[in-house]
Amino acid sequence: MSAPASHYDSIIVGGGHNGLTCAAYLARGGRKVLVLEAAERLGGAAVTREFAPGFKVSAAAHLLHLMPPSLVRELGLMRQGLKLAAERLPTVALDADAHHLIFGPDNSASVAAACAADAAALADWQKLLKRFARALHPLLAQTPPRLGTDAWRDRAALVGIGWRIRRLGRRDMRELLRIGGMCVHDLLEDHFTLPLLKGALALDAVLGTNYGPRSPGTVLALLYRIAASQGEDALALPRGGLGAVSEALACAARAAGADIRTGTQVEHILMREDRAVGVVLASGEEINARSVVSSADPKTTFLKLLGSEHLDAGFVRCVSQVRSRGLTAKLHLGLDRLPVFPGLGPEALRARLVLAPSCDYIERAYNHAKYDEFSSAPVLEVTLPTLVDPTLAAPGKHVMSIVAQYAPYALKGGWDAQREAFTDRIIDTLAAYAPQLPQSICARELLVPPDIEREFRITGGHWHHAELALDQLLMVRPVPGAAQYATPVPGLYLCGAGCHPGGGVMGLAGRNAARQLMRAAA
Amino acid sequence: MLTESEPHYRQPLLRTPFHERARALSELDSFVPWSGYTTVDVFTNVEQEYFAIRNASSLYDLTPMVKYHIAGADALRFLNRLVTRDVRKLAPGKVAYTVWCNDEGHLIDDGTLFCTAPNEYRLCTAEWQLDWFRASAIGFDVEIREITEEIAALAVQGPTSAHLLRAAGLAGIERLKPFEHGQFSMQHRDAPTIPMMVSRTGFTGDLGYELWMQPADAESVWDALMEEGRTRAVRPIGSRALNMARIEAGFVLPNLDFVSAAHTLYLGTERSPLELGLSWLVDFGKGHFTGRRALLAEAARGPRRQLVGLDIEGTKPAHNALLYTESSGRKEAGSITSATWSPTCKRNLALAMVNAPYIATGSQLWAEIYLNRELVWQRRMVRARVVERPFYAPPRRRATPPADF
Repeated sequence: MSAPASHYDSIIVGGGHNGLTCAAYLARGGRKVLVLEAAERLGGAAVTREFAPGFKVSAAAHLLHLMPPSLVRELGLMRQGLKLAAERLPTVALDADAHHLIFGPDNSASVAAACAADAAALADWQKLLKRFARALHPLLAQTPPRLGTDAWRDRAALVGIGWRIRRLGRRDMRELLRIGGMCVHDLLEDHFTLPLLKGALALDAVLGTNYGPRSPGTVLALLYRIAASQGEDALALPRGGLGAVSEALACAARAAGADIRTGTQVEHILMREDRAVGVVLASGEEINARSVVSSADPKTTFLKLLGSEHLDAGFVRCVSQVRSRGLTAKLHLGLDRLPVFPGLGPEALRARLVLAPSCDYIERAYNHAKYDEFSSAPVLEVTLPTLVDPTLAAPGKHVMSIVAQYAPYALKGGWDAQREAFTDRIIDTLAAYAPQLPQSICARELLVPPDIEREFRITGGHWHHAELALDQLLMVRPVPGAAQYATPVPGLYLCGAGCHPGGGVMGLAGRNAARQLMRAAA
Repeated sequence: MLTESEPHYRQPLLRTPFHERARALSELDSFVPWSGYTTVDVFTNVEQEYFAIRNASSLYDLTPMVKYHIAGADALRFLNRLVTRDVRKLAPGKVAYTVWCNDEGHLIDDGTLFCTAPNEYRLCTAEWQLDWFRASAIGFDVEIREITEEIAALAVQGPTSAHLLRAAGLAGIERLKPFEHGQFSMQHRDAPTIPMMVSRTGFTGDLGYELWMQPADAESVWDALMEEGRTRAVRPIGSRALNMARIEAGFVLPNLDFVSAAHTLYLGTERSPLELGLSWLVDFGKGHFTGRRALLAEAARGPRRQLVGLDIEGTKPAHNALLYTESSGRKEAGSITSATWSPTCKRNLALAMVNAPYIATGSQLWAEIYLNRELVWQRRMVRARVVERPFYAPPRRRATPPADF
């Protein structure tokens, strides 16, 4: 069957936030772009959907905090209908005795009340991280430089990184180099005394990862998160859930001229004379393009959509070894009334609630995961978006969105038999802080990593497609040879969370890929 | 085979099924390790053994060749992605010499590939490859099993080899064409029939066969061949005599003419099949294989160096000699990887890795040879001329049926 002449410059496989971002930037650059999304709804893991009659929720990611303002501005996402229902959310560290700590970008009064020294240390900590973030953020917003090349662009990028770190000044530079390889537990010991505060701060270093606070590399993970959010870590809830972000991205892409088809599954990438020249859909339809840009995870892209036979064996081995198993579950609860947390007023419930009362608590929760068991006392990050966003549930009803760790992908004994048990563990854990909660639950849905793998087509069900760790960062993310968005296959590019700088509804992978592709074609 | 009763360090090298026979005939007791086995380096005298290859028949134990069974629905697709030749052209009953590379297009190993049935192959390699084969098997439905210990292998090489095999009871052997293999039965006098696979392959560049049998049959086959060979000047040979023959035939040997990219530590010591003069094995038109993109780029760039044959002045083998553009020895042009005096060609031969400007046939170079005369070292700067390979290729190696002596 001969395909029609190439009509599109690029086909984007996958309409998640990175695919849509990439499409929008390519279309704005004058490229003819087609986005193909297998699901009926756009957004990938940045999606809002009904999980029970009358209850809607951000089904995977549930907070917006990493997307850079420059991206929002350049694509005019606010003009395209994106509204924030709440921004600069504080964090509430839940305490079993109701002495909760509330802290955030604007206010840390409750920390000062509990421990003046920690409050001062927290202010210094936030400032220090902000300085590091300013130095490191540009690294995330560019194609990672290749090592060992003579290309001026790579050298300039490396010099730039060195210069920004040097410009931190001697003291900060030394501190950055000192802490870069540490575990977050040890670093927090250097600064704080309150276990509750340390637990809440440590959570940000391990959320969505395969690590506990005592795992090496967790400070790096924290720096990464801080760098991505440019030091603010300003948490926001979009009106209509995270799906609204994807819709705004889709509108921006369409407005720039991109075509988008949903319910269109790509079966495989079409190769001709050792070049990716289009895709074949599940329906058998062939669509040609000058390049194919995949926002799918690296294993899906290379091993399923393309196939080993088009790649070198060493490269395939690297791809198959990418650590991509998720350890994070998502629980959605439909509530018939607002839950009551003793010690927290209704205003404070709009915050991000974290249940990680100490570093040891998190580490114990993580212990289970090492042996493929779920945490008997899980770590939780909770939002109640219906407090600020009435579009998600009927008046008076509420939605509780819970990120729960640790939930191993390959649970011993399998998830089918233990799904309810883990759901109950999460609810029981929360009930220690909100005793009336269980009686108010009228709907519940648990997504464990295999569910995330199935629903969002992410091999392993990892938020970031590939673990964010030193061996899978920057110029080796996802694997050497595909870390600059181009792949060994001419005409095939990556733009998903598996690329630098990762997922988390950041959009930078998509933007970096689009810029790289346009440079390559220029 | 290791026994349970002995710790492995007491018997560090395995013995092949021919070991007892070989030891009995080994006058020098000169054994060397080869892929975990102990094998004969020289039985009596290298020259006598060499002349058995070229003038009569030789027996060479090649059991230590690492052998893999490769089968499954994707065996052909797997192999075609692994090796540089087009395996689709390899029909059941055929054998092909081939190489395989890593992602950078650097040579990992060479070997002979036997197609035994559709999607069923045997690959004989110089070194262990299971790790690389497993990596290469990701995404393919293929079973890969090492079968080295399950098969005893004996090379019978020389102008009278077909005659010797027939005399030993291998009926129909004369119909086997070069690079073919088949199942045969050896019916030697009143002895029980021995089934085996025979291929018309070898490492000598001469008429010759390789016999692949059950280890339990190894001694009977050896005995039959030695008995029939007694009046036919048949000799068992060691690796050193074979090495002379393979240089004459122009074949490359891992760790002598190139180091596998799986083992190199220094950058720039890896070699590509193009550099080894094996371009004829690389089929760019067959679709993707590992290293193809790197080799295409190398081909477009042109070679930096290449393995060439040298004809060297004098009679002293130029082992490990450096090559120069002038007799002054000021500018290096490459180095010699394998060298021998060829008794058949009456020429001083070598294989050498030579830098790009000097690889053309007819190029004149100088070789720096060091001679040890009763511990008095002398340096000779002698002329070396790039010549075509193979140095020795008698028509009888291809003749079917072979001459009957």
